Formats: sequence, C-alpha cells, structure tokens
Amino acid sequence: MIETQNILTPKDFKSDQEVRWCPGCGDHAILNAIQRALPELGIAKEDFAIISGIGCSSRFPYYMSTYGFHSIHGRASAIASGVKVANPELSVWQITGDGDAMAIGGNHFIHAIRRNIDLNIILFNNEIYGLTKGQYSPTSKFGSVTKTSPYGTVEHPFHPGELVIGAQGKFFARSIDNNLKLCQEIFVEAGKHHGATVVEVLQNCVIYNDKTHAAISDREFKDDRQIVLRHSEPMIFGKNKDKGLILDAEHLKLKVVELGDKYSEKDLLVHNAKEVNPGMHLMLANMQYPEHPVAFGIIRSIDAPTYDGSVAKQVEEVKSKSAIKSVDDLLNSGTTWKV
Amino acid sequence: MSKKADAIEREEVVIRFSGDSGDGMQLTGTLFSDTSAFIGNDLSTFPDYPSEIRAPQGTVGGVSGFQVHVGQTAIKTPGDYADILIAMNPAALKATAKWVKEGGTIIIDEDSINERGLQKAGYKTDDPIKEDKLDGYNIIQAPISSLTKEALKDMGLDSKSILRSKNMFALGMVYWIFDRPMKYTESFLENKFKKKPLVIEANKTVLRAGYNYAETMEHMTPSFKISPAKIKKGTYRNINGNIATAWGLIAAAEKAGLELFCGSYPITPATEILQELSARKDLGIKTFQAEDEIAGICTSIGASFAGDLAVTSTSGPGLALKGEAMGLAVMTELPLVIVNVQRGGPSTGLPTKPEQSDLMQALYGRSGESPVVVMAASTPSDCFQYAFEAAKIALEHMTPVILLTDGFIANGSEPWRIPKMSEYPDIKPPIAKAGTKDWQPYARDVEKLARTWAVPGTKGLEHRIGGLEKDELTGSVSHDPINHQKMVNIREEKVQRVSKFIPKLKVEGDEKGDLLVIGWGGTYGYLATAVKQIQDKGKKVSLAHFNYIKPLPVNVKEVFEKFEKIVVCENNLGQFANYLRMTNPEYKYLQYNKVQGLPFTIIELEEHFEKLLEE
Repeated sequence: MIETQNILTPKDFKSDQEVRWCPGCGDHAILNAIQRALPELGIAKEDFAIISGIGCSSRFPYYMSTYGFHSIHGRASAIASGVKVANPELSVWQITGDGDAMAIGGNHFIHAIRRNIDLNIILFNNEIYGLTKGQYSPTSKFGSVTKTSPYGTVEHPFHPGELVIGAQGKFFARSIDNNLKLCQEIFVEAGKHHGATVVEVLQNCVIYNDKTHAAISDREFKDDRQIVLRHSEPMIFGKNKDKGLILDAEHLKLKVVELGDKYSEKDLLVHNAKEVNPGMHLMLANMQYPEHPVAFGIIRSIDAPTYDGSVAKQVEEVKSKSAIKSVDDLLNSGTTWKV
Repeated sequence: MSKKADAIEREEVVIRFSGDSGDGMQLTGTLFSDTSAFIGNDLSTFPDYPSEIRAPQGTVGGVSGFQVHVGQTAIKTPGDYADILIAMNPAALKATAKWVKEGGTIIIDEDSINERGLQKAGYKTDDPIKEDKLDGYNIIQAPISSLTKEALKDMGLDSKSILRSKNMFALGMVYWIFDRPMKYTESFLENKFKKKPLVIEANKTVLRAGYNYAETMEHMTPSFKISPAKIKKGTYRNINGNIATAWGLIAAAEKAGLELFCGSYPITPATEILQELSARKDLGIKTFQAEDEIAGICTSIGASFAGDLAVTSTSGPGLALKGEAMGLAVMTELPLVIVNVQRGGPSTGLPTKPEQSDLMQALYGRSGESPVVVMAASTPSDCFQYAFEAAKIALEHMTPVILLTDGFIANGSEPWRIPKMSEYPDIKPPIAKAGTKDWQPYARDVEKLARTWAVPGTKGLEHRIGGLEKDELTGSVSHDPINHQKMVNIREEKVQRVSKFIPKLKVEGDEKGDLLVIGWGGTYGYLATAVKQIQDKGKKVSLAHFNYIKPLPVNVKEVFEKFEKIVVCENNLGQFANYLRMTNPEYKYLQYNKVQGLPFTIIELEEHFEKLLEE
C-alpha cells in the first residue's frame, strides 16, 4: 500500500491535541522534524503507525495524526515488532527515551535490533527520567547528581550507539534537538532504510537535566566539538574546517589532527557508512568530548534481510510446497481412521 | 492369532509403561494407543514425565511413565490404577507399583534387577517384590534386556543401540497380551527410520521377539480381549490438548478471514502450541518466538492493533509476567487470546504436573479493575472447540480472553471425530471500514458494547490508543473522574454481556437431586466418570461442569437451587468455590480439593460423594 499520493505536508501530520511538553523542551523540535520528514517518504498517511512506550517522549503519538499506540513502559519495541510482522506494508516508527529503551525495555530494544525488524526507532536521549521528575537513567553520566543519586551515580552509562552495534544493529545515526535540519535529513534516510534503524537524538530536558549536552551543543563551540559524518566524505570538522580524524593504527584508535603543514585533507579518514565490519563505526559512535568530537549523522547503514520480510517469504515458500491448504486439510492430515 | 480361547473379556483396561526417561516409554505408549485406536477402541492417555530431560539414570526421579486407558465403552480418563504395569527397571517399579490395581499384573525386566539397579532405585534388599509387599500381584519377571540382545546379536549393532530397542520387546509382549496387530507399529517404524533400514529391521525383530516370548510364556501371561467401542461413525484421529488448541486457533482465523499471529515464549507445558503453530506456515500462520513472556504478549498486542487474530500461549509463571500487558489489552479493547496451560505452582513449582491453581490469577491478576473473559477447556479434544470459541469471543466482543487448559489435558490424548469446518460458524469481528462517517474509536455496539476495530492502513480512520484512561467516545486521554467511573463500568459490563452469547450450563444427570458435583476445566473426565458410576448405583447425583467462568452462564442459579448439596471439586485449594461464593452467595458450597500435581482418581471421588450423600 506504499504509494505516492497527493503530496502531504507537515501540517497533515499534526493532530488536534495540544502539545503538553514543557516550554523549551527539546521534544518540540524533534516532533517538528518528524512532521517535516514523513511527507518526504511518499507514504500514505494511513500507512504510518507510531508506537511508543512510557516517558515524556512517549506522548509523541498523540501529537501525530497517524495511527498511533502509546503503550506501556519499555514495551514499544515488542509492540512495534508485532505491528510490523502483522502488516509489513506499514511504515512503523517507535518513539522512545533512554529509560524506556535501555532500562525497562532493554531486552526488547536489543532483540528488535538483532532481528533487524524494519522499524524506525527514534531514541530521545536526555540522560534523565523526566516524567517521574528527575531520577538518573542508564545514560546519565557517571557521578550525575539526581533525586535518586544525591551523592552522584556510581554506575557507568550505556552509550546507545555501542549497544546498538553490539546488538548487530545495521543502522545507527545520531542527531541533536537543536539541529532540526540534520534531524529531518536523518529521519528521511531512516524511513527509507529497510531494517531496524536507531536514531539517537540528544535532547535537552530543561527542567531536570538542563544543559546536559551543552558542552557540545552550544553555538559557540559546537563546530569544534561535533563532527557531522557523511558517507564517502572525509572526516573533517571545526569552525574553519581545519580539523579531521585519522586512524592511530598503533593504538587502534581515532585521533584528531589539525590540517596544515603536517596533515592535509587527503590524509583524513573517509566515512564509509556501508562497511559491514562494525569496528570503525563503533569507534565513531563512541567518540566523547573532550578527547574527540561527538559524531553526528548516519554512522552505520548496511543492508541485510529483514525479519518481517523473511517471515513473509518463508510463509509463501512453505505455502507453495504444502498439500495443506485449509483447516479441513489440516484436520485430516497424518494418521486418521474411519469408524 | 486368535488362539486365545481363554482370553479375559474386558470392557476396559489400563496399561502403564514405565521406565527411565531415556527408555522411550512415551513412544511405546503412543504406539500402543495408536494401534488400539485403529482397531476401534476408545481411549485416553496421560504421559507423566520428569521435568529433567535426562534425570539421573535408574533413579526414581528419572522415571518416565505413560498411562493409557482403552475400552469398548466411552473412555473419559486415563484411569486411576493400572491393570498392567510394564516396569523397565527397579526405579520404575518403585515409583509406579502403587498405581497398580490390587492383584494386577506387573511385568518387569528381570535383567535390571541387580545390585546396582536396586541400590539406585532405593531398595534396601535384593528382593524388591517382597520389600514393596507385591506378593499379591501377578509378577512376570521377563529377561527383556538379554532377550533383546539375543535377538539382535547377529545384526552388527553396537550394544547401546541394541539396548535402546528393548522398549519394542515390551511393546511386543503387550501386543500379544491384548491381541493387537503389530502392523501399525511396523509401518510407523518403516516410516520413521526410512533412511536407516538396519534400525527398522532391528526394531521389528525385537517387537516380534517380545510378542513371541509372551505367546511362549502363555501359562503365566494374562490375555485380554477388548472389543471395539461403539462410537459415532466418522473419521477419527488421535489428538492431544496442545495440538487441538493450536488447531482451534487456526480454525478461528480461517473462519474470521484473518491472519493468525502468535507471539510466545517457550514454557512447559505450553510450548507445543507455539511449536505446532510455527510448523503451520503452510496456512500462513506467523509465529514470533519472543525474547521473553512480556514480549510474547506485547508482539501479539501489536499484531492485534495491526489487524491480525493475535494469540499468546504460556503457563502460570508466564501469565504473571504478562499481567501488565493484559491490562493494556483491556484498556485498548483489542482482541487477544491468552492460552494458559496450567501447571503446579507457585513459582517454578511442578512444571510438568497439572494443577488448576491459576484461576484467581486469570480472573484478577492485573492492576486496576481489569476484566477479561475467562474460559476453560475440559478434555484434550475439546481444546479445539474452546480455542475456537475463545478467539470468536475475543474478536466479536473486542476483548482479551484467557483460555485455561492444564498439563493433563494438554499432553493427554484421545481419539477425536474430525469435524468439518462447514459445521463451524463464521466469525465476524467489527472491523471499521474506510470512509465510515463520524467514526469514533470508542463508539460501541449497543448489544455487545464492543468498540469497532480500525486497522492501520485504513484511510481516514487514523487514531491513537494507549494505556491511559480513554474518553468514552473519542478514545482521547481523559482524566475526568466521571468518565473513569463510566469506563470502568463499561469494561466490566462488556465482559458480562458475553454471557448472552455462550451456552447455558448443562446438567449431566437429573436436574434435581441430593448432590450436585461442580467442576471446571480439565477435571471433567474424572468427575463425569465418578458421577456416572454413582448414578448407576441409583443415587441422585448430577454433574455441572463449567467451561465459561467469567462471565458465568446465565442459568447458574436455576441449576444450583434444585440440589440439596453442592460440592465444588478442583485441583487447588478452592478458587472456583470462592468465586462462586462471591458471585452466587446464596448457596452453601462444600469443597473437595486435591493439590498433588496429580489428577483426581475416580475412586477417591466416588468415596467422597458417597460419604456426602450419607451425611
């Protein structure tokens, strides 16, 4: 049922519900970007299903005029998996947060990725539990002081990219709430990709974790602290495009270099999002400020058979070979006898 | 072969095969059952096996048994006590001799009675017969292992393979005793080991050796004759409860014109349902072996949202894990069938043993006022009917339905007269059509109170649902106190209204009498047999067996009020009795409860009922 019909606009995807996120919350911008991205996919509005779990971000489906399901905490990946396998023709999107996807829903999250079900998972990462008013999450930085860690956390955070790639993720991208254009661009690519996609969006919670991404998102520094990766382009960044990444082969790690006398653009690594070997993608996804710039853009995007596609294919194959075509055939199959 | 002039004519007989869990007792029992069915007996079987796949060899804990009850009359249970026990080793004797009728026959592999075997089984002397006071029984010590070896000595098989076929020797003996043909088993072997002619030959040789041995030892072997049962004409097959459940769900999908989706996680004794559905890709069944029980139900809820007939299968502990998601299905009013094959609990409990102790969990094990339809199947083959009904109710009333079966009927099997699908009604889910004017997600059918089902992909009906309380019409989030009260009432009333669409409670026996025996679910065979036997003695006893628990059938009071005494019999501490006390408090409910991980016995039920009649 995927077809291009009358051209849809962002307005077509807005629901009649009042958006209730806090003023200044990063979620507003992400909603905006999705509403701009979906019309670009050329899919009829009724063929979108947006599934969420619980948390601030999970209110998302109410603000979209598509089919939507605001489910229970952590289970969106499982519910979305069921939707997609039941009807592979739908474009299924999962909206989730760092707590929903990686704490209570961690198991479903990694298995949806491992199975490569054709879902688009948008992971809002604000490193805090917002809806329950400020407890640390699985992505909170070590030592974070929150309501449940008044003396600082003593646990190590997940890096979503590392988890996704570790779960054999085929598509991982990162964006940030204050870069609407990049969000929109990545969402469109995620929507086109066949298989599970995870887009981590660094998102600011103005109330409980304000400025948690400020070190890399402030206008003043962001060009020097972020690198936007583009497939087959050199890994270059900086306000003056004067920095880049090379591979320190001896220590098998990425190294930031200044372009000038010693290095020129042709010495820099060229991003290959389609490399099957996850090694480089993992290093890119794990880069942290201040040692490295934080990577944005599509870090990994490789093609592989999808679960939903394989299920449908297997059903067709077995159907064509079996003598059992109906329940009557089934009931009379095997050993029977007449009385 | 009709040499047995002195054969004892019997209406029915119970045989129990018992051995190590690696001895092939389940297969042996199944082969005997199949042969009996083919020659026209009615029967009922019960496999009784340990939860360990290979429990320590030769120990009582590792004994695997298969009991089959065959007869020329209607057979409703696998029988209480065996007429014949085949014990492949001392441990099997130790574990099962107490289940043999007084004076019954016990065939034991003589070669297994050695110091090591006796010690492992926990015998303290070298004479297990004397030690267990089995002198009054007809004990046949047959050298099963050594005769099997002898029969195969020239075949070039290794000793392990040789000993593995000793179950065929025992089966051959039993075939002689019951005057059964070997051809069905022979053709089974030929089919199963198509690529291993040597294995076919070996098994057939041992089978015949066993048969011939029994014939030779005629002077000490009993011989029975059981004529074919007088049963309704038709085409029959053997079926167990799990397969019947899977097939009933497939039948419902066909009748509803929907695809079937099953999200599930393996758990004893329910796994076979997922396995069978997974094998039915030829009928378009989609199965999803989820990462856990929660994902099992959640993928099914997603599939239901997307328009499939969605089911999930589990057993008690898994049902507990699914509780929160069931609440979501209640709130979103999506059709969903949850099959719970009950086992002994709490916790891991007795995974392979039957019990009826999940009733309260099924009725109430969720947060909030969370009504669902609760039903129970009562025999292996009627799992087909009730799985079909469960799906029909879920789809037509837009509600989750819990179908309770148990390890006893799930694994037990019986001959089943194969129905034609044309005998079954169509299922008509209230699917909302594109272009429906002024469509509202929570607008309801006045009779059933079911909302309509607008499936993603339907143009113009895009809407949002979820776990937050719903506005009674638009389905938007509502925190309005009056709306909440209304919705709580509507959800309960919707489930209660199902009672208008289900059959009335039937009474087996007179509608009036001294004692009404009440049961539900998998205990039916035992209760029906015990009640019938007391009725035959002229006592005024009747049986009312429940398959619909929430809602109850509409005529419960009409039935109950005509009896002097009511006794509720269950394999739990009285969960249904308490439910009846709550829903129909005007009657006095006596209880008969057994929670041993074992079914009732007919004898104990009869004794108890007779005592109640005398009091």
